[in-house]
Amino acid sequence: MLKLSRYVLYDILRSKVIIAYTLFLFIVSLSLFQLEENDSKAILSLLNIVLIVVPLIGMIFTTIHYYNSYEFIELMLSQPLSRTRILLSEYGGVALSLLSAFFIGVGIPVLVFAFDETGLALLFTGAALTLVFTSIAFLASVKARDKARGIGAALLLWFYFALIFDGLLLLILFAFSDYPMEKLTLVLSALNPIDLGRIFIMLKMDISALMGYTGALYKDFFGSATGILYTGGIMLLWIILPLWRALKIFQRKDL
Amino acid sequence: MRHILTILTILAFLNCYSRTIIAGTGQDIASLKKAVSLAKDGDTIRLKSGVYKEGNILVTKSITIIGENNVILDGENKHESLTISGRNITIRNIRFVNAGYSALNDFAAIKIIDASNVILEHNTVINAYFAIHVSNTTWCTIRNNTISGNPKTEQLTGNGIHLWKSGHALIEGNHIQGHRDGIYFEFVTESVIQKNLSEKNIRYGLHFMFSHNDHYIGNTFKNNGAGVAVMYSKKVKMELNRFEENWGPSAYGILLKEITDSYISNNTFLKNTVGIYMEGSSRTEVLKNSFRNNGWAMKVQASCDDNNFYNNNFHGNSFDVATNGTMVLNKFFHNYWDKYEGYDINKDGIGDIPYHPVSMYAMIVEQNPNTLILMRSFMVSLLDKAEKAIPSLTPENLVDDKPFMKPNKL
Amino acid sequence: MIRIENLSKRFKKLQALDDINALFSTGQVVSLIGPNGSGKTTLIKSILGMVKADSGTIYVNGKKINGDPSYRGQIGYMPQIGRYPDNMKVGQLFRMLKNIRKMTDAELDTDLLVKFNLASIFDKPMRTLSGGTRQKVSAALAFYFNPDILILDEPTAGLDPLSSEILKEKIMQEKRKDKLILITSHILSDLDELTTHVMYLQEGKMIFLKDIETLRHETGQEKLGKAIAYVMKGGKKEALWIDEVLAVKTTGQPD
Repeated sequence: MLKLSRYVLYDILRSKVIIAYTLFLFIVSLSLFQLEENDSKAILSLLNIVLIVVPLIGMIFTTIHYYNSYEFIELMLSQPLSRTRILLSEYGGVALSLLSAFFIGVGIPVLVFAFDETGLALLFTGAALTLVFTSIAFLASVKARDKARGIGAALLLWFYFALIFDGLLLLILFAFSDYPMEKLTLVLSALNPIDLGRIFIMLKMDISALMGYTGALYKDFFGSATGILYTGGIMLLWIILPLWRALKIFQRKDL
Repeated sequence: MRHILTILTILAFLNCYSRTIIAGTGQDIASLKKAVSLAKDGDTIRLKSGVYKEGNILVTKSITIIGENNVILDGENKHESLTISGRNITIRNIRFVNAGYSALNDFAAIKIIDASNVILEHNTVINAYFAIHVSNTTWCTIRNNTISGNPKTEQLTGNGIHLWKSGHALIEGNHIQGHRDGIYFEFVTESVIQKNLSEKNIRYGLHFMFSHNDHYIGNTFKNNGAGVAVMYSKKVKMELNRFEENWGPSAYGILLKEITDSYISNNTFLKNTVGIYMEGSSRTEVLKNSFRNNGWAMKVQASCDDNNFYNNNFHGNSFDVATNGTMVLNKFFHNYWDKYEGYDINKDGIGDIPYHPVSMYAMIVEQNPNTLILMRSFMVSLLDKAEKAIPSLTPENLVDDKPFMKPNKL
Repeated sequence: MIRIENLSKRFKKLQALDDINALFSTGQVVSLIGPNGSGKTTLIKSILGMVKADSGTIYVNGKKINGDPSYRGQIGYMPQIGRYPDNMKVGQLFRMLKNIRKMTDAELDTDLLVKFNLASIFDKPMRTLSGGTRQKVSAALAFYFNPDILILDEPTAGLDPLSSEILKEKIMQEKRKDKLILITSHILSDLDELTTHVMYLQEGKMIFLKDIETLRHETGQEKLGKAIAYVMKGGKKEALWIDEVLAVKTTGQPD
């Protein structure tokens, strides 16, 4: 498996897109820390990068990579290799390169300028979201028939998770504002990995505000050991389930 | 003036007819009670180290009681250890433990009642119901004491330093923790509270009502159940205090309720759920304060008027200002807001476009607290941006017309 | 060696394979012939496991193919259009596959590698190669691991006459080693000298599968192309191949 991933990784590194992505993240993070007067504001801007840019690039990159390595996948399929192994190797290669880009581009500046709980939460969330959206993108690519559809689906999914979901959540919260919604909100937030990651960071960054109102409930829940296990578990599910589904489809797929 | 008077009085007594009585374990006068009964005005009792379980000791004479190392007065959980009612009394370096609890009386480790010129210094109070309870007293000084309670429920724990109907008090350099309210003032005027540390109290770090013309300076109020509450008072000066980590659904750095003609400057509000919560307050100047990493830096209710907020710095707060209405009769100017995104073409250090510290989302959360779960989401920032372009929900005249581009030097 | 039973495959509206039954044995060079879209490539891909059949089974060396990819270790495949990862260098490609197949250098068949002089372009990335050179690479790869079964999809298309001759020579050589060789082509004349059996597909149906001598005998045509044209025109579909296949099925004769 690792052997194959190595070739995938090599291929990705050669394409230079990942280098550009790394540089982009690095320059943005560095300039945020340099330009902003205080690091907390830089972290705030980084939060948006982690919650919006990382999933977007992750999905687009993965989808394009998948279609670009169609030949490689075909070649591998004529070899004595199982489909599961081939797809997992692809996933491993893509995830590893995106993760490295993220850790070099965002991780190093954060470790240098803002090495604290919030910084670490940010890195954890960024890494988890990279894995989640790589996984979702694989599902979208394997399902879609051609490149255009694949990228379209990836963009739509990103749009849904980044924006539409929260809009719907806001509507629900207002529509049912007369009912106790705290528990339901907890459940709903699990349906969107971006929200889950955001709440995880918020617990470090906006703890003061979260302690007010019903926020205390979120804090009590997400801040407790159960909550951290819950967050980690749901994130893991978000990584595993789409990938597992993608594997199932890929196994039945004609190439 | 007051200090000089005190010193003069003490000197006078020492010079004229003061005696020193050595009492305590191993001495002829073995009990403190006996020593007190033998002492005359102006005498000093030096208490040898040891544990004294003598029930309640009443001091009415003008005497000084000084403990040597490790003098412990044990109230055995049933007595009020020391009751002071008189003039010119000093208690120094004594450790009070296990004072009694009574549901009927406000039992305290040290109770000062109908007295004046009392000095409590370097004492330690552990595990008391009320630690120091002062009423109807003038010119009392409570300095460098360490007070530590064993917090139970609000009903079963009294206040650390409790003053009622007193004047000209000086509360300085004390460390109070684990009580109901750290420092409690009711009808206390012309007093100074400075350099105290009040923390981990189950209700308020500082709580005062109907206490006018008081001056609070250089205190730290940290991690108290509900922060600091000041109510129904006039002409209060609060300077150089720190309000930190007061967390909870109804916890505030300071809660200002019906405060008028007051002055709040150079304070630091760090990591509170709400930095300043203000209602029904008027003519108060809030300046040169630093608000950092609070949930809400300020909640200024519509019932406040004629207050001025200027030269403050706002950094890393989840929300800068929230309010509950559209009426705004307060002025904001020359503050530094880290969320300000304007520009300064003429380079005079003042932003060219006004800053609206109340965000759309702050209004939404005010209406529906559950939406707090959406904080920092992409959608919320889009909403805020849209509201900035076309204001509709946020109060239009809650605005800083002259925001500073750089933080104020405090 | 390869046995196909009742193989059917449908792509949406197109019936790509319609109840195919066939038996290929060692020492045979089978020409898969048919018009474009007749199902040749689908059949080959089914054997390689790249296309999953709707029904029917394929046995390779007596073992049903489902899941276990190891049987592909005995197959060398040369695709119609060799598509390879763009950034991979030719040398790397060979090394990678060697790595995957875990073969020692002694077991490798470097014949074509030498004859096509591919070592001289080992440093070139795949994307810089011309179509013909890619075909050479594909051909060399197919024979590289000395497989028992060779599946060649339009092998001579795009090759210059000299290379084409080299390849044909190689195929002859392998045939003598008692290997099974499946070739698809629509340039009939190319295959004349190599072919021992002809399988004719049309619209997913197998029209016939018979050895070349029989075909010549039946049609009275010496040239393969003419023989097939004769069959097509004459519509003599009730040929011997049906009996041949049925005989195999009933006796359960091993491959």
